[in-house]
Amino acid sequence: MEVSALINDLFFDYTLRTVALGSAVLGIVSGALGSYAVLRKQSLLGDAMSHAALPGIAIAFLLTGSKQSLILILGAAIAGWIGTLFVMSIVRSTRIKFDSALGLVLSVFFGFGLVLLTIIQKRPDATQAGLDKFLFGQAAALLERDVITMGVLGAIAILTMMVFWKEFKLLSFDADFGATLGFPMRLLDILLTTLIVLAIVLGLQTVGVVLMSAMVVAPAAAARQWTDRLGTMVLLSSIFGAIAGIVGALLSSSIDRLPTGPTIVLCISVIVILSLFFAPARGLFWNWLRERKNRGRLHVEAVLEGLYSLALSHENLEHPHSVAVLRLIGSGKGGVEKSLRKLEEQGLVKSTNTDEWALTNAGINQVRKLAKNREGNN
Amino acid sequence: MSINAIEVEDLTVAYKEKPVLWDIDLTVPEGVLMAIVGPNGAGKTTLIKAILNLVNTAAGQVKIYGKSSSDQRRLVGYVPQRGSVDWDFPTSVKDVVMMGRYGALGWIKRPGKKEQDLAIQALDKVGMSQFADRQISQLSGGQQQRVFLARALVQDAQIYLMDEPFQGVDATTERAIVSLLQELRASGKTVVVVHHDLQTVPEYFDWTTLLNVRLIASGPVKEVFTEDNLRLTYGGRVSFLKQNNGNGISDLDQKTG
Repeated sequence: MEVSALINDLFFDYTLRTVALGSAVLGIVSGALGSYAVLRKQSLLGDAMSHAALPGIAIAFLLTGSKQSLILILGAAIAGWIGTLFVMSIVRSTRIKFDSALGLVLSVFFGFGLVLLTIIQKRPDATQAGLDKFLFGQAAALLERDVITMGVLGAIAILTMMVFWKEFKLLSFDADFGATLGFPMRLLDILLTTLIVLAIVLGLQTVGVVLMSAMVVAPAAAARQWTDRLGTMVLLSSIFGAIAGIVGALLSSSIDRLPTGPTIVLCISVIVILSLFFAPARGLFWNWLRERKNRGRLHVEAVLEGLYSLALSHENLEHPHSVAVLRLIGSGKGGVEKSLRKLEEQGLVKSTNTDEWALTNAGINQVRKLAKNREGNN
Repeated sequence: MSINAIEVEDLTVAYKEKPVLWDIDLTVPEGVLMAIVGPNGAGKTTLIKAILNLVNTAAGQVKIYGKSSSDQRRLVGYVPQRGSVDWDFPTSVKDVVMMGRYGALGWIKRPGKKEQDLAIQALDKVGMSQFADRQISQLSGGQQQRVFLARALVQDAQIYLMDEPFQGVDATTERAIVSLLQELRASGKTVVVVHHDLQTVPEYFDWTTLLNVRLIASGPVKEVFTEDNLRLTYGGRVSFLKQNNGNGISDLDQKTG
């Protein structure tokens, strides 16, 4: 009942439709460009960018007195860019390392932004209301014209990314090689960084400066689990971002006093966790299963080979030996009987007595084949 | 051999006041297979990067076939150190090799059928064509090195600069790479290789440059690869080195390598 009502509202309710559209745009753009941030190991740079954007928003408001999203986004982008520039030049010209430079810029800019925000809120007029929503985001406050602004800027970012696809791939994989081919890699670096800044500031109103970096990192990290192709990764990352954005924003607008940023981040976290565990090739769950299976197989082979090495000291290779001896050979590990029973099923060993086992002809051949394979691998 | 493929004049490179390369004058004639040898920190990689215009130089200039290297990029192919990239990057072997065509393709244009064919041909030359669609994270060290070589081959350059192509590859791959390098030289290309194993220099190369921040010597292996020059290059640590004693040389290599 409630779900169908929600879906109905999604299409016909102005607020919900605006919220869903805006969140989808934010998820698509940050998912796509976040892929590059993750692949270039710049995940944390996104965090610094989004925090550094806060004073930009405050200053843009102080200068213009306007709360139009285009103006605030512009302020955020400029401040985010200056923050990034600071990080880069601190690393280049001092002995301070990248992580410390990030921490420094992030906290200084964010602190400055909070101070400005407090000053703004103490002003007597009421125009400032709502600026503090940029901390944790407030999807419900999105207006149609905000969404249009986001859509246009997002489309520009995605189109630019697609036009320079080959160049950005080169930049992300092997920038030095790209430079030897004659591409201006520093310029491409600046362009891509600008697009990532753009992706971040687009989401600030909805997700907030504190958690926006999650929307850059998490969808891409989840998508990487499912594919080994850059194109598929970017596409999947966008889809994951969009899903998390829409679901999170809808939840927070339909449940009272639920901040949007944290809700969206919780949604994308679920996707990340599922991907970490259940993605086909890289998923931890499948790895664990494979390892277990391998270990079992190796144990069975070890028992077979143990039996063979014992038999070697006899004229007749089918000479039986007791389980106790096999257990000693297997360095005291359990499961010898279980392995023997498995081998019996395959016809490789036979039980001669209640407690004694011998190789069959097929078993002897199997041991020799295993030994040969092992040599081949070395 | 009258034409010079590479001319380096008064080249000096410094990282924060510490000189890495000091006043290098080097001429590489066309058609040689040259090893750059020297101890760790001698500036071998930096020399290659300076020739490629990848590092800022404090002084000096590099000419490729008589012109500045930024005008001659099409003529130079580059094989960086294998460890310089992230092999977990989501891409296939063929895609990496096709990157060698990006320069010829120019801006924005995407690689197509022609580039794919060239990539497969190059992979064939390094014995990797059956790995074309393999994800690069599944390659062994030797296979990664071959992929990088194939990427340089599709550049169809006149000069190849390679940074330690033998690092961490097995004996089979090493032999395959050597015969490929000699093939390149036989077809008139100039090949410059940063090399670590002193023992194999006379066998693999016909030209060598001994480097330790300054240029110690450069020329045909037979004239330049002498005990005296090696001692100058590696310092006092080679007191036990005897030219004909293979073990001595390989000891030295382990100490410095």
